[in-house]
Amino acid sequence: MSVKALIKPNTYLDSITLMSISNEANQIEHVKQAMIGMGTDMNKEVIRNVGMISKEVEEAKTSDLMIVIETEKESDIDTAMTEVEQLFTKKDKKKSEKESVYHSIHEAATDLDHPNLAIISVAGEFAAREARKALDEGLHVMIFSDNVSIEDEIELKGIAHDKGLLMMGPDCGTAIINNVGLCFANKVRTGNIGIIGASGTGSQEMSVRIHEFGKGISQLIGTGGRDLSDEVGGVMMIDALHALEEDPKTDVIVLVSKPPAKNTEKKVLSVVKESSKPVVIWFLGGDEEAITNVDAHYAKFSKQAAIQAVVLAGAIEDELDKHELNLPLIKEVQEKLTADQKYIRGLFSGGTLCDEAMFAAMEKYPNVYSNIHPDPSYQLEDINMSKEHTFIDFGSDEFTQGKPHPMIDPSTRIERFLQEAKDPEVGVILLDFVLGYGAHEDPVGVMLPAIFEAKDQAEKEGRHLEILGYVLGTELDEQNLELQIQKLEEAGVTISSSSQNTGLLGREFVAKGEK
Amino acid sequence: MSKITSLFDEELEVINVGIEFIQEDLLKQGIEAKHLDWTPPAQGNLELIKTLDYLSSPKNLEKIQAANEEAVNRIIKSQPMLIGFDQAINVVPGMTKTTILHAGPPVTWEKMSGPMKGAVLGAIVFEELAENLEEAEKVAASGEITFSPCHEHDTVGSMAGVTSASMYMHIVENKTYGNIAYTNLSEQLSKILRMGANDQSVIDRLVWMRDVLGPMLKEAMELNTDGIDLRLLLSQALHMGDECHNRNIAGTTLLTQALAPYITQTSFSIEEKTEVFDFMASSDYFSGPTWMALAKASLDAAHGIENSTIVTTMCRNGVEFGIRVSGIPGFTWFTGPAQKVIGPTFAGYTLEDSGLDIGDSAITETYGIGGFAMAAAPAIVPLVGGTVEEAIGYSKQMLEITTTENPNVTIPNLDFMGVPTGIDVLKVIETSVLPIINTAIAHKDAGIGMIGAGLTHPPFEVFEKALTALGEKMK
Repeated sequence: MSVKALIKPNTYLDSITLMSISNEANQIEHVKQAMIGMGTDMNKEVIRNVGMISKEVEEAKTSDLMIVIETEKESDIDTAMTEVEQLFTKKDKKKSEKESVYHSIHEAATDLDHPNLAIISVAGEFAAREARKALDEGLHVMIFSDNVSIEDEIELKGIAHDKGLLMMGPDCGTAIINNVGLCFANKVRTGNIGIIGASGTGSQEMSVRIHEFGKGISQLIGTGGRDLSDEVGGVMMIDALHALEEDPKTDVIVLVSKPPAKNTEKKVLSVVKESSKPVVIWFLGGDEEAITNVDAHYAKFSKQAAIQAVVLAGAIEDELDKHELNLPLIKEVQEKLTADQKYIRGLFSGGTLCDEAMFAAMEKYPNVYSNIHPDPSYQLEDINMSKEHTFIDFGSDEFTQGKPHPMIDPSTRIERFLQEAKDPEVGVILLDFVLGYGAHEDPVGVMLPAIFEAKDQAEKEGRHLEILGYVLGTELDEQNLELQIQKLEEAGVTISSSSQNTGLLGREFVAKGEK
Repeated sequence: MSKITSLFDEELEVINVGIEFIQEDLLKQGIEAKHLDWTPPAQGNLELIKTLDYLSSPKNLEKIQAANEEAVNRIIKSQPMLIGFDQAINVVPGMTKTTILHAGPPVTWEKMSGPMKGAVLGAIVFEELAENLEEAEKVAASGEITFSPCHEHDTVGSMAGVTSASMYMHIVENKTYGNIAYTNLSEQLSKILRMGANDQSVIDRLVWMRDVLGPMLKEAMELNTDGIDLRLLLSQALHMGDECHNRNIAGTTLLTQALAPYITQTSFSIEEKTEVFDFMASSDYFSGPTWMALAKASLDAAHGIENSTIVTTMCRNGVEFGIRVSGIPGFTWFTGPAQKVIGPTFAGYTLEDSGLDIGDSAITETYGIGGFAMAAAPAIVPLVGGTVEEAIGYSKQMLEITTTENPNVTIPNLDFMGVPTGIDVLKVIETSVLPIINTAIAHKDAGIGMIGAGLTHPPFEVFEKALTALGEKMK
């Protein structure tokens, strides 16, 4: 045991700094104990208490710095002391440039320059509270969270409406405001077409097709999936219609939704009727007559809606590359499939993409099943077991309990894909790959090993496995659209160019007796 | 133009609550986006959220806000003056020869923490109620001693807070509202009664304080008929880099300066005066208790305002942490387990040796100084174990759970922001942000003393219990 004291005369350091250096000194190898402090009575007392007192320490003055260390072996003491001394010159390099941390909307709203939008994606049971606070601060709100009660939604939308604020959601996954993509959104060109969407991937599809046809988006306002229910009454869609009507940068308006509840549809359409701007309406499976009656433009499919919108916005129809259905391709695939390979299996991460493909199939086949089928008698009894033509929306609640959305975490869909690929009655598997903000960084890449495995297996069994892939995205999206498509092609996947075509090609591939 | 349409012409500035990638994607697009460090309100307890929402309903909130405004006004307008010193038996309400006051919420002898037991035993010997520590132990357990919280006697006590009949007390009068607060004198070193030490050196010092220091200060303040405006000194001390809980170097200098002219005029000998000045200079902590009494005098004036959700006391006895809330009058304590204090320790000790959070000194944080004013005291940063920015961050963060800023006590570093004042139970529950307390660490065993200093928080449950009681009261 060896003790050494070093007294630095007339050297002042703050007692807390010294305490902290003492602590560091105690971490140094071979240092059994270190006590560093000014030569005060209190510090001397502490040194005495731990048995390291010496004559030099006793004689130290209040203005002297005392460094007293103890090592097991005498041979270590000088090295240890040198290391301890270095602690005094070592400056803390981790100079933090930490920004202010806020814990509440109120606090952030008070401190920031000019906040105007709150995006809320906390667990559903807490989301409404946060949204109320954001509205109290005069902020526009987007609620990404689901599992918010309908009562809360009605109340929130009422408050927002009275304050003239946006209340996008709950369960609103997509918006583009001022050319800024929010949550799940693709990077598209700015333009004169405004979209109001009650369905997320439907709105994404619309914005991407419009971009592809050379036009752009002024705003994409999400409403949340329940906005057009009679309980909510389309508050957000109607407020958004008024806003786009007023917006000088919007010339054409597109509405995207599943079919609204009847009373709400009437309300919305009566607003549409008053609009001075052309309105294209794609209500998936919606009522054509009601729409044309208010002089709006009816679209049955998404691409059709996009084409109408861009033409109304100034594009020349004949110059558009509309990607008409590739009939020779259909024939070619039909010939590869045996008589037993008769069913479509659509495995989707995007809800509206699933819906659109399913509606296309329903037009042609009676036996279409899904976890999101509008007719309960066609909903799957066991969502994990497909039946005849089956379309699965992996973004639906049954699959996302306690799990991220499949656009972020595709694992559930991969397992299901392998299961479907083994089924000899399967004619075609439809897969969507959604790019853009919020989505997986390489959605095709994570699926590829499964695709190769399935193709190999089918080949061994001597059957053709037709996979139809659709990549929803633009060349501006970070994931690299071209590369994603190329990877699919290299894996032998047939590529569809739009949501609309995915549904139509899928249903035609398995059409029998039309050869 | 509607607000929605006008949004289309603005630069987006987003507050993101929840999933982090949403903010990251916004930043990629060059948008100002702030991600909240969000936790579920009431730590996710849905029952409490219900109570919170009930109290936050417009009808109730209006009453609460009016009451809270009254409460914080009283804290801010309070003008605590040091008007004298005297022995506890002469001034402290309810004090008897066999009464021992202690820090924190009520606690029985059996349940007291190590340092508090040590201090009690020392005080029994000091008061000559026992010959030695062994005998003192019997006396303490005999039921002859009345144990009571300092707070229930207009008093605060640092660390163990052990206060007995013959100890000299600060007398601090709230000139605005007339109430008085008391606290005893700093013993300066680390091996001291309040830290749980009790050997002969500790007793000898207490005796000297009783026979020389106390009487001299008493006489000095009898000569000073104006009293000393403590709030003025406090605000100067903050401007000089103290936060007045753990850093008191400026405050002690200012207090010494204010007392000195009167001390010199007392009837004591030059040697005794020199001893007293040496004692005052021997530790920066001399004025520590003084600021506690200032805070106590101000906060007591804000206690008992119907419907107020402002915290008027935070204190600990080494076993439990207790708070009082203005809207629940009298001595209703909301308690939970005292927490560990995390910070550097003296050589020879580790955090394993430390006793749990103890002392009435959290009255300083309740007032808005101490941990709440760390931005004023950059030199205290090593205690925080981080950077100056972090210390500043604590002061700013406390604005989230407080009602207002005290314009009389400001932090130069933050553009003279007033210290965060009036901890609101509703806001603590809402944000799950807990008050930050910086404090000394006593050894867990009796008889040893101070071994370090650091940071700690109250347990969340004291606020949960207070909220529930407030909810009941407003039914």
